[in-house]
Order: sequence, then structure tokens, then C-alpha cells
Amino acid sequence: MTNIKYTKEHETIRAEGDIITIGITDFAKDALGDLVFIQLPEKGAKYKQGQDFAVVESVKIASEIYTPIAGEIVEVNTALNDNVDLLKEPMDNGGWIAKIKVDNAAELSNLLTESQYQDYLKSIA
Amino acid sequence: MLKSTALNQNHKNHGAKMVPFAGYEMPIQYKAGIIEEHKTVRSTCGIFDVSHMGQVMFEGAEAAKFLSRITPSDFTALEPLTSKYTVMTNEHGGIVDDLIITKLTAEKFFVVINAGCAEKDIEWMKSKMPSSVKFTHLNTRALLAVQGVDAEKILQTLVAANLSQLGYMKITETTTKAGDAIFITRSGYTGEDGFEISIENSKAPEFFEKLIAAGAKPTGLGCRDSLRLEMGYPLYGHDIDDHTIPVEAGLSWVMSKDNSNFIGAEKVLAQKAAGATRKRIGMVINEKIVAREGAEIYKNGNKVGVITSGGFSPTLNLPIAMGYVTKEFGGEGEELKILVRGKEYSATVKKFPLVQPRTKK
Repeated sequence: MTNIKYTKEHETIRAEGDIITIGITDFAKDALGDLVFIQLPEKGAKYKQGQDFAVVESVKIASEIYTPIAGEIVEVNTALNDNVDLLKEPMDNGGWIAKIKVDNAAELSNLLTESQYQDYLKSIA
Repeated sequence: MLKSTALNQNHKNHGAKMVPFAGYEMPIQYKAGIIEEHKTVRSTCGIFDVSHMGQVMFEGAEAAKFLSRITPSDFTALEPLTSKYTVMTNEHGGIVDDLIITKLTAEKFFVVINAGCAEKDIEWMKSKMPSSVKFTHLNTRALLAVQGVDAEKILQTLVAANLSQLGYMKITETTTKAGDAIFITRSGYTGEDGFEISIENSKAPEFFEKLIAAGAKPTGLGCRDSLRLEMGYPLYGHDIDDHTIPVEAGLSWVMSKDNSNFIGAEKVLAQKAAGATRKRIGMVINEKIVAREGAEIYKNGNKVGVITSGGFSPTLNLPIAMGYVTKEFGGEGEELKILVRGKEYSATVKKFPLVQPRTKK
């Protein structure tokens, strides 16, 4: 059963069992503007919750992408190295950064639901 | 409370992403995005609203002498209807601002100053101005920059003057085809052929829309920065500031040999004679990383400088940067290391302009 969650750092998380796929929200895609490069993590690397595991470089700024739930990188979207614009696509069409095998799937419930994320966006508008 | 230029609503109508800049709400980009807008200026024509920049007028028999005192240039000898890029220096020889001064007549000068220091500049200039010089702040005027290989063709459809006769860094006082008074200088901050048009605020929105209808694409401050970076033009407050002495910034070319009497001359001329201890350089980053302002420059494990402006060049499709290094370094082709987020990346020194300029000869 897939489950879509969000973070206040504007990441989209699709959870399938204990594997999460991480992308960025539409808000982030719009806010970042033109993308230039991405620094991807290494497969096998382990990250704690809140640690940055990737950096998206847009024309004006470098934005860190934070680990939503602690775990190990099991897959990396290396296609982004040749075409960083793919990150702006929907998740199913190449718009993802990496997949993490989380240490504790129960922590998924700590992430925001779609309506909680929308409320958060309204609060920072 | 942010200020607005006369074109604020026009920008919003064209889908601009507005951001605060120098106290104004300005378009950083429109729907096309920074990279696309940059490429438009390098291939056809873009139009920038630069009305946030200050426009002032100095008049009087002593105006030329005054301007030759607050800058190291010579405005007495300058031909009428000619613009000159220069800097104002303080008592320590530091740069107060970089600016363009245009001699309309022997006794009338039109000056454009940076938005970020307009107030500071006006206070400075007024404090140094003899009482016989008349100062006017042209704060009811907008300023538009039309830049690109098609700029002349597009602008010509809307103005009376024959633009093919207007040389680089020359000005003409003319009218729009609708009869509104404007001045046009053939100048810009992009390295392309282009014009800056000063027009009354009340007439600016209509003129802006006519230029767009004639083929100029609206382009924002985001690409203005990447365009000037490719050329190696300094940005005040980043690449030059009130501690920068003109020689180290590579700006001694704005100084007149006949002027040794300007404010800060002692310090500036001493640096000119002895040579500067550091120099401003350009570089291309050799890895997929953008090195930005503040990133440290290393050679053989020692810190030798800092980046003052950095970004991505859509024309070269590479990250580029501008910075200062101590004078022993920064030779053409030298490999340097840049520290970004704790890791070192390779960069190669390359002389500016990094892209071929196409300003009219």
C-alpha cells in the first residue's frame, strides 16, 4: 500500500513498506526556479533524520535536501546527473532523488499528510 | 514598505516572480525563467526595468570640475553627448559607487547610480557639490534597458531618432513616435548591443508594452546578474565596495591621466604606482558545482583569495565566478581550488569577458 507524505522542508515522500522514495513538492519546484546541478548521495550511505543527503543547485541558491526518516540509501536517481530538470517531473516520471530503506517505518506517521502540508504552506505564505 | 517602479503592474501582468531588491519590489524572472531569459538576451532581445536605479542631473559652469573631483575621470575634456563609466572614490581611495556619467553639454550632466546606494550616493554627491552646481533628482522618470542583437531594430520602430547613427556610449535626446520626450544612451550591463531609455513614469507602462509587442521579451534581474557576470562587470556591494581601491578591481582604465586632484587621489595613485596587492579575476569551475560569493580560493593548500560573485553561465553551460586573489596568483589558465560546503573543487582562471561582447564598436 503506497502512502504519500510531506515535510516542512518541502519534500514529497512515497512510502511502500519500509522503502521511501523522496522528491520535492510542487511548491519547491516552483520556488527553486531553473535547476543547474544536483549532488546525489552514495548508494549504501546511512543518514540520520534531519541530515542533508543531497543538494539541489538552482541558479540563485543551493538547497539542501533533508533525510525525513533515518535509513540507508538503496537507490539513487543517477539520471539527474545528466538531466537535473527531470526533478521537476512527477515522481512516476523521474521526479525523485533517492530511495531510502528506513530503520523504523513507524516514523512515517510523524510526517505531514497532504492537508497538513497545505495548511503549513498557508501559514508561511 | 517596498517601493514600486512605474512598471510594477506590467511585470505582474506578464507573470513575473517579484522579489525585494534595493527597497523595491522587482521582477527576478518572468515565466520563461532565468536561464531562458539569459539566452533570449544573447540571441534576440530582452527588456529590463531598471527604474530602481537613481537618475540625477548636475548643471552649471562648475559641474564638470565637480564631477572630475568626485571621480578620477576627466569630465571637462569629455566630448558632449558621450557617456563614461567611472567610480566615485572616498578619502581612503575606496569606491563609493560605480556609475555612468553622461555629458549632455559642457554644463549639463546626466548620471545613473546603483539602486542599492542611490541614497548614499546622493548624500555624498550633494555634500561635495559646490553651491553653484544645480542638482536635480529625476525621480519621476523610469529607466528601461533594451539589450540584444535585435535591440536597435525593435527600438527603432518606436522612436524618432535614427539609432544607426547613435554610437556606443553616446546619448541622444529624442521622442517616442508618440511624441514623448526621452533620452537614449547606447549602453548596458549585458555585453550585447543595447540601449537604456529614460522616460517619464507616466509614459513608461505604455512604452514598455509597445517594446514587448515589437519583439523585446521581458527579462528580469536574475538574468541581468548572470549576463554581467559572463562579461566580468563588477556588481557594487559584492565585487567592489568602499574598501576596494580602483586598481585592484581592475578599474584603473576609468582614471584620466590628467586628473590627480580627485578625492582619495593620494591613496589611489599610490596603489597605481606600487601596483595592487590583490587582483580581481574570472574563473570557470571545472566540476558540477556553483561556487558563490564568500567561497574561499586555495592554491597548494593555502588560502589565496575569495569569490565575490558566482553563478551559472547559460552561454558556456558551466559555473563561473569572479573573485580576488593575492597578486602572485590568478594568471591566465592557473588552476585553483574553491572550497564549497567543506569540499575542494577545481577551477581555472580565465580572463573576462568569458563570452564575446557584441557592444557596438
